[in-house]
Amino acid sequence: MRIAALVSAAILALTVSACAKKVPLAKPTSPPPGGPGGASNRPPAPPVPVTEPQPVPVEPTSNTLDTRDLDDINKNSPFQPVFFGYDQAEVSSEGQQILNINAEIMKKQATWVITIEGHADERGTAEYNLALGERRALSARNYLVSLGIPADRLRTVSYGKEFPFDPARTEEAFAKNRRAHFVVTSR
Amino acid sequence: MIRMKTILALTLALGAGLALSAQNPPTPPPQPQSQGEVRLTIVGPPGLPPKLAVPDFLAGGDVATGKLVGQVLWDDLNFEREFYLVPRDTYASIAQPGSLDQIPLDRWKELGVDGLVVGSIRRTGGNVVVQVRLIEVASGRSVFAKEYSGAGANPRFFAHTIADEIHQQQRALRGVARTKLAFTSDRDGERVKGAANSRDIQNIYIADYDGANQRRITATPSLDITPAWSPDTKAMAYTSYRSGFPDILVADLTGRRALAKPANGTPEKQNFLPAWSPDGERLAFMSNRDGNPEIYVVNRDGSGMRRLTNHPENDVTPTWAPSGNQIAFTSNRAGRPQIWIMNADGSGQQKITNESWCDRPTWSPAPFNEIAYASQSGGGYDIRIYEFATRNTRTVTDGIGSNESPAFSPNGRHLAFVSTRAGKAQIFTIARDGNGRKQITTLGENRYPNWSN
Repeated sequence: MRIAALVSAAILALTVSACAKKVPLAKPTSPPPGGPGGASNRPPAPPVPVTEPQPVPVEPTSNTLDTRDLDDINKNSPFQPVFFGYDQAEVSSEGQQILNINAEIMKKQATWVITIEGHADERGTAEYNLALGERRALSARNYLVSLGIPADRLRTVSYGKEFPFDPARTEEAFAKNRRAHFVVTSR
Repeated sequence: MIRMKTILALTLALGAGLALSAQNPPTPPPQPQSQGEVRLTIVGPPGLPPKLAVPDFLAGGDVATGKLVGQVLWDDLNFEREFYLVPRDTYASIAQPGSLDQIPLDRWKELGVDGLVVGSIRRTGGNVVVQVRLIEVASGRSVFAKEYSGAGANPRFFAHTIADEIHQQQRALRGVARTKLAFTSDRDGERVKGAANSRDIQNIYIADYDGANQRRITATPSLDITPAWSPDTKAMAYTSYRSGFPDILVADLTGRRALAKPANGTPEKQNFLPAWSPDGERLAFMSNRDGNPEIYVVNRDGSGMRRLTNHPENDVTPTWAPSGNQIAFTSNRAGRPQIWIMNADGSGQQKITNESWCDRPTWSPAPFNEIAYASQSGGGYDIRIYEFATRNTRTVTDGIGSNESPAFSPNGRHLAFVSTRAGKAQIFTIARDGNGRKQITTLGENRYPNWSN
C-alpha cells in the first residue's frame, strides 16, 4: 500500500508537469553530498505536491512485484520516467523527486538490476542525440547512486532519438521523449 | 546464423564484382603514326563540355540487357557532369548496326555528337563478354577500347566499370560508379521484442551508389546503426545494440574474419559512432567509459586506446581529415552544439562554426578541404559546407524538410544525406554545389548514410 501511495504521488507529480505547456527548466540542483551507501546522508522525503484528492489507482503491491515476470513488470512499471529540458541532461528538481520515489522502490526490490534508458526528442541529429541520451541516463544514474543505490544495479543505455514514446512532432511529444526511462532487466 | 548468411551473400556479390577484370583489349584501330597529332581526348566546342551519346549496347537477341547497360552507362557518365549527355530518346531512331565495325558515323555527325560510346554484349555459357569503344565522331577514331568478361548476373556492373574508366582516361577523374552506399533502415517492419512501447528495429543495408541492388547485411533484433565502410571497402564498422548495450562491431565483408569488437565494450564501457582513419588502421569513436560522452581513438586490433577529449559536455561524432592528422567533432561545450577540430592526438581543440546549432561533421576527401555538417535552419536542418581556405560556409540543401547526416563520395564531388522532404527520413545524394539531388531510398525510414571508397 505504501508503494501504491508513492506511485500515485509520482503519477500526480508527473501529470502536473506534463500538463504544463513547457517542462519547467529548473536550475540543476547538485545531488546531495555523501557517497553511495550512506543511509544517514539520505535526502529528506520529497514533498508531496498539493493537488485535489484523487482515487488511488489500482497498482501492484510489493507482494505482486515479487512474483510478476519481467515483461509484466515493465509493461506496468512501478518506475516513473524522468524528463529533461531541450538539449539538457541535468536532473531537474522535479526529476529528483521522481528519482527519490524510484530509489525507494529499488531499495525494496533489492535484487533488481535496472537499465536506465536515455532518450531524446527528434530535434538535433540522430548522432548527437546518442550522446545526449547517454548523458541523461548517466545523470539519472549518478543521482540514484547518490541516494544509496549500488552502482552495479544500475546500467545505462542511450537510444538517442531512435525509440520515441510519442512520434508526434509537437512540443508535448518532444517533452515526453526527452526522458530517462527505467527498465527492470533482472530480478 | 542469419547474420552470417547475409554477410556471406554479400561477400559473394562483392566477390563476383571484384572478379570482373579487364581482359586484353581487342586490337585497337590503327593509330596515326605521327606522334604530335595523336589526341585521345574527346573535346567539345570551345567553352562547352563534349557532347556524348550512349546508344543501347548490341546484345544479339537480349534487347533488354543492351538497353539496360546503355542507360546505366548514360546515367553514370551524366552523374559527374564532365560531359553533356545527349538524351537517349533523341537517337532512338538510329538503327542498331550489325556490329561495332559498322557504325553509321554520318547519322551521329548530323546529331552534332562529339563522342559516341558503343558496345556489345556476348554471352558465353554463364559468362559475359562486353566490348566497348569511345569513338571520336569527327574522325571516326576509337580513343578508348576495352573488352571485359565476368559473371553475367549484374550487367549494371559492366556499365559502372566502363564509366569509371572513361572518366579516368578522358578527364583524369576518379568516378564513383562502382562505389556503394551503406545506411540503416527499418523497412522490414520488425519490432524489438519485450519492449514496453513499440520499437522498430534498424539494421544495416547497402546499395550501389545509384540506389540499385539494395540489400540488408545485418540481422540484429535491435539497433545496428552508424555504418562506416573501411577505406579498403572490405569491412563495415557500426554501432550495434545486439548485446543489449551499444558497442562498435567490425564485420569483415569478405567473410574471412570473425566479427571484431575493437573498442571492447561492456555494459559499463559503451561505444558509438565509429570513424575510420584514412589509412584504415585506427577508429575514432564516442564512448561513455569515463562517465561522459568523449572522443577516443583505438587501433583496429583493439590496442592503443586513447582518450582525445575531456569536457563535461557532449563531445560526439568524430570524422578524420584526409591527412589523418586532424579530427573534427561536435561539442556543445561553448553553448549549443558547434563543429570543433583538433589534432589527432587531442591537442589544439578549436571551434570553427558559430551558428545556432551545427552538428555531425564529415571531412571531405582531397582535393577539397571542407567540412560538411547539419546546420539548424527553421524547424529542421540544412547541409552546409565550411571551406578551410576561405573560412566561408555555403548551404547545399534548400530548406525543404530536415536535411542531416552528410557523407562525402570518395571523390568529394557528391554528398549522401538524410532528408525528411518526402515525408519519412530517406537517403538522397546531391552534388557538392547543390545540383542533381536524387532520392536513393523509398521503403521505411532510412538514415545514417555512409559512402564507400
